[in-house]
Amino acid sequence: MRIALTAVIGLVSACGAVDAYAASRFTQDPYPSTYRPIASGPVLIQHATVLTGTGERLDDADVLLQDGKIVAVGRALSAPADATVVDGTGRWVTPGLIDVHSHLGVYPSPGMSAHSDGNEATAPVTANVWAEHSVWPQDPGFHAAMAGGITSLQVLPGSANLIGGRGVTLKNVPATTYQGMKFPGAPWGLKMACGENPKRVYGQKGGPSTRMGNIAGYRAAFIDASEYLKKNQPKPATPKKKRWWESSSGGGNADSAGDSGGKRDLKLDTLAGAINGDIRVHIHCYRADELATMLDLAKEFGFKVAAFHHGVEAYKIADRLAAEGVCGALWADWWGFKMEAFDGIQENIALVDRPANGCAIVHSDSDEGIQRLNQEAAKVMANGRRAGIDIAPERAIRWLTLNPAKSMGIDGVTGTLEAGKMADVVVWNQNPFSVYAHAEQVYVDGARVYDRTDRARQPKSDFMLGQGAATGGAK
Amino acid sequence: MSAHTYNSPSSSSQRTLGSILTLNVRKKAKARSRWIPAFAGMTTRKMSASFLFLTFLVTGNAFAQDVLIRNATVHTASSQGTLQNADVLVQGGVIRAVGTNLQAPASASVVEANGKPLSPALFGGITEIGIEEVSGEADTVDSAVKLANAQPMRPEFDVTLAYNPESVLIPIARIEGLGFTLLGANTGGSFIAGQGGVMRLDGSADSIGPRVLFVKLGTDVLGLSGTSRAAQWMLLDQMVGEARGRIATDSPHALLTPTGRAVLAHYLAGNGRILVSVDRAADIRQLLRWAQRENVRIAIASGAEAWKLAPQLAQARVPVFVDALADLPGDFDQIGATLENAARLHAAGVEVSFAQFGDASHNARKIRQHAGNAVANGLPWEAGLAGLTRIPAQVLGVGDRLGTIAPGKTADLVLWTGDPLDVSSVAQQVWMGGRAMPMRSRQTELRDRYLRAPGALPRAYTTP
Repeated sequence: MRIALTAVIGLVSACGAVDAYAASRFTQDPYPSTYRPIASGPVLIQHATVLTGTGERLDDADVLLQDGKIVAVGRALSAPADATVVDGTGRWVTPGLIDVHSHLGVYPSPGMSAHSDGNEATAPVTANVWAEHSVWPQDPGFHAAMAGGITSLQVLPGSANLIGGRGVTLKNVPATTYQGMKFPGAPWGLKMACGENPKRVYGQKGGPSTRMGNIAGYRAAFIDASEYLKKNQPKPATPKKKRWWESSSGGGNADSAGDSGGKRDLKLDTLAGAINGDIRVHIHCYRADELATMLDLAKEFGFKVAAFHHGVEAYKIADRLAAEGVCGALWADWWGFKMEAFDGIQENIALVDRPANGCAIVHSDSDEGIQRLNQEAAKVMANGRRAGIDIAPERAIRWLTLNPAKSMGIDGVTGTLEAGKMADVVVWNQNPFSVYAHAEQVYVDGARVYDRTDRARQPKSDFMLGQGAATGGAK
Repeated sequence: MSAHTYNSPSSSSQRTLGSILTLNVRKKAKARSRWIPAFAGMTTRKMSASFLFLTFLVTGNAFAQDVLIRNATVHTASSQGTLQNADVLVQGGVIRAVGTNLQAPASASVVEANGKPLSPALFGGITEIGIEEVSGEADTVDSAVKLANAQPMRPEFDVTLAYNPESVLIPIARIEGLGFTLLGANTGGSFIAGQGGVMRLDGSADSIGPRVLFVKLGTDVLGLSGTSRAAQWMLLDQMVGEARGRIATDSPHALLTPTGRAVLAHYLAGNGRILVSVDRAADIRQLLRWAQRENVRIAIASGAEAWKLAPQLAQARVPVFVDALADLPGDFDQIGATLENAARLHAAGVEVSFAQFGDASHNARKIRQHAGNAVANGLPWEAGLAGLTRIPAQVLGVGDRLGTIAPGKTADLVLWTGDPLDVSSVAQQVWMGGRAMPMRSRQTELRDRYLRAPGALPRAYTTP
């Protein structure tokens, strides 16, 4: 099920007025986006190989950007007189890349102890914390990621906790505040983590110390959230007429129906929002058996899993993930760094992509990997080919664009090159699925935020100013 | 094009390309049921691609170490450069000839390369392959020493003694074209980590070539040097003093054991490289002074800011194992990190190889991506390949055997589907000592188990 972004913006859920009330309470935003696109004129990219992100490849095609939106994609487009024309001959054009799993800003460079803001490792359930409140907008990693074509990213809390808190979706634009990067209207994510990490972190700190302890921890939290949700049900629009035999202080479901829910609980707000589907659930989880357990947990409490992250064993249950409409946000080749990562294979993404309705995502979880998601995808394609699975570029590009957008609930406005969507676009010097590919130009909402050949269009963090100036070049 | 020709004693009985193909056709039907996953939507073209790999599986079963690889684009990684449409003849596990129209002796199997690139088996970087099975499980990790209540400075510590040639990491690295690695010691109780050495990834148990002493300097090891990098030089100088006999062996403040003194003295006498992991330009400057003063042979690993001292490094003939993807100021030693590090060092005349410092062992195969990105950021392609072949072999003292395709060299070779430095290519066949290695690993077996549709029995009953 897709949740249209507009529905989220308007705080009107597709499920009707009841949920709309709940959503407005659980997902109010006192820290709203102040992002405004950089003013820019129309841009016409001509004669390029265009991967639309919808599964199509267009050769010798044009892309027209205007007023921050994609206006048209096709052959021989005409452009307004004031359009900047970009010669795309020999170049490839794709939607801006999207990383669903980043810790930029919360574990920034330089990795100082003062900057270690990604894990609120003080309790196993910290659904009350929001990653955005840890984001340091001056992380030079944002700009390095931009040079790799990243236009949007979800910054998540780390995986120390069973329930780590809310993740935030950002537009990858330089700003002095995170609100200036905050993707307007994007739903929050809820970060959860399975397996080794929580039990390792809390094993000597009161638990959980086992996988069964992990599951008991999620269940306890969601039981509280279900109760909270019930207490926060809105009063019926027209109160039921009271019968003579009903006392004034009870009977029926008057207790919960009339309950205001009491004092707001930030932790339960987030979990209730997740149950309602307004906050999208992203679960760090490696092993196939644990993925299946988490799907059962989701059913038990009525929430939907947007994506399993890392899932090095997702290939073992690829059919089930596809059938349940759950994405796998995965690495191309990481494995073996801990026991639950021992069965990683290089065809994981290709196998999760293979079933009808499969939703494979290339994610980074790395300030290095986010700079070259295209190369990660290229490795998957090469390994798929070796295993007899040929994957065309127009299909593979979805792993870095449409599919992460879907899992983040922003596919209505970005992730593909379709008329009306945000003009988040990358111009590559060649087929992007190569180690030699460079993002030459990156557009966010139609503005050229990065240009490989123009230093005036290469942002630099405040932190990097004046570094190395002391020696004045002396050796 | 210069060619080394081979005078075949029995050219009349050479195997032809045709006979190899016939052999494969015959075995196809049987092999298909075992190796080729049947799943819906596989096109004929995909099938042929799979059979192409099958070709090498079949020849791989022949353990003959005599092979003629014909019509390859041979990247010699030597002064011969790249030879188009060239042949490489291997006998007794050693390269006998490189040239055109070579004749195959009767004993040799023939592989038609169809113009694909052939390179020396690649350097896998500085890794813990064989001494670390699961990074997060201390019980499987032997790469560092930290002795409680004992002298922490142990240059005599030698990780090659812990090497397990049956590690699953070895085939996983090898089928990606990696043929040798520098087994490294990690810092445990001291910034003098200990010794390692070169391992060929053919399943052999012993290190080849001279040992290497590993030392780490800078921010990462402040906790092992009394919280200051200045103390790293203080302690190092004291250890050198002990090893050179300038400090009495019975000094109550001795840092080294008698064995440690002997081992360090061995390196100080120029008998092996000291590989120093260091990033900050200022630390590299101190290191160059120290190496010159003590007259030791060093190499640098990581070297995020090495480019700032490129001329000095070139002059001192200090090679650098670059982390070619490091471009962020990860700490205050790496403020000057740039993707152009390798290119700038090379341009100044520094010998550049590569190393990873993330998941170097399990994902050793990623080192090709490092070289490729260095090339994408200005390093000449030939230097990128040399950095994965000839240069590390020479720097580590095994260049007489490894790192180039030339007569007399060990036949550790890789045939690629395309450019060996591009992530869009994979190794098609690997030979170690002339033996065609099975292109299988624990990972391909997992892959093949789950590629096929489930049968009547659970997948646990499937066999590779």
